[in-house]
Amino acid sequence: MMEACDEPDCAATLKELDVFLDEELSDAAHQSIAHHLDACPDCLSAFDFHAELKEVISVKLQNDEMPAGLLSRIEKCFATDFNGDGVIG
Amino acid sequence: MADQADFADEAMQYAPQLYSAAMRMTRNRADAEDLVQEAYLKGFRSFHTFNEGTNLRAWLFRILTNTYINQYRKKQRSFDESDLGDIEDLYLYKRMGTFEDPTIGRSAEESLMTMLPDDEVKQALENLPENFRMPVILADVQGFAYKEIAEILEIPIGTVMSRLHRGRKQMQKALHDYAIERGLRRREPDTTSDMHSVVHAADEKGTR
Repeated sequence: MMEACDEPDCAATLKELDVFLDEELSDAAHQSIAHHLDACPDCLSAFDFHAELKEVISVKLQNDEMPAGLLSRIEKCFATDFNGDGVIG
Repeated sequence: MADQADFADEAMQYAPQLYSAAMRMTRNRADAEDLVQEAYLKGFRSFHTFNEGTNLRAWLFRILTNTYINQYRKKQRSFDESDLGDIEDLYLYKRMGTFEDPTIGRSAEESLMTMLPDDEVKQALENLPENFRMPVILADVQGFAYKEIAEILEIPIGTVMSRLHRGRKQMQKALHDYAIERGLRRREPDTTSDMHSVVHAADEKGTR
């Protein structure tokens, strides 16, 4: 099993991995991480892996096919909720 | 104030996303359908309270989430941060991200997209305790920002971040465990075990 980066800069960078990939860092903090990644293949490799993993999870968790008829069933409810009390009819 | 007559035109485009999220929350098709339908009816009825110009998608997800929490979720105790155990950072990366000494073999050409089967990714998420599962669904499946997730779930941003971090690590550990299990099974020379895994996979498909 390989040890990920051991340098102090690397530790600080890896600590922000999630927040960086979620694009939730301030511009300055984001740039500082990006700057480190430009110079550090070890950290870059870890970040790339997690970016790929995030994409895989996103794709694989929303490939559900909606059941046929669900949409029209819902829209039919809107149309038949005549008095707007949420009860059909 | 939003006009109810516009609701279908504006809101129905989000149905596939709501349905996927509902599947991950309820973990079964029948409840997911009911949940989506109920969330849309609630949205339709209370559309006059929606502030036009604000985020309709987030508003619908808030209704979906509340409906799920109030009506569908099985009563379970809520888990503390510590209940997930202490999983090291970069858990999966340290085991399959490199080509030097991984516990899971991965060639340079193999992408995670092909290495991690859909069913295992779904199972890894669906096995998370609920208070960790919800932030992961909203962030990693639906791409909501921390602030939006905090508002949808009515928890502080710091809690969103720590649950996401913990939930993701737990998922990584599960994905690793599944891959190991699959790898071990594959190495068995006995063909009946292959048959077993085929049947098993077919069973799992059938339940969805």
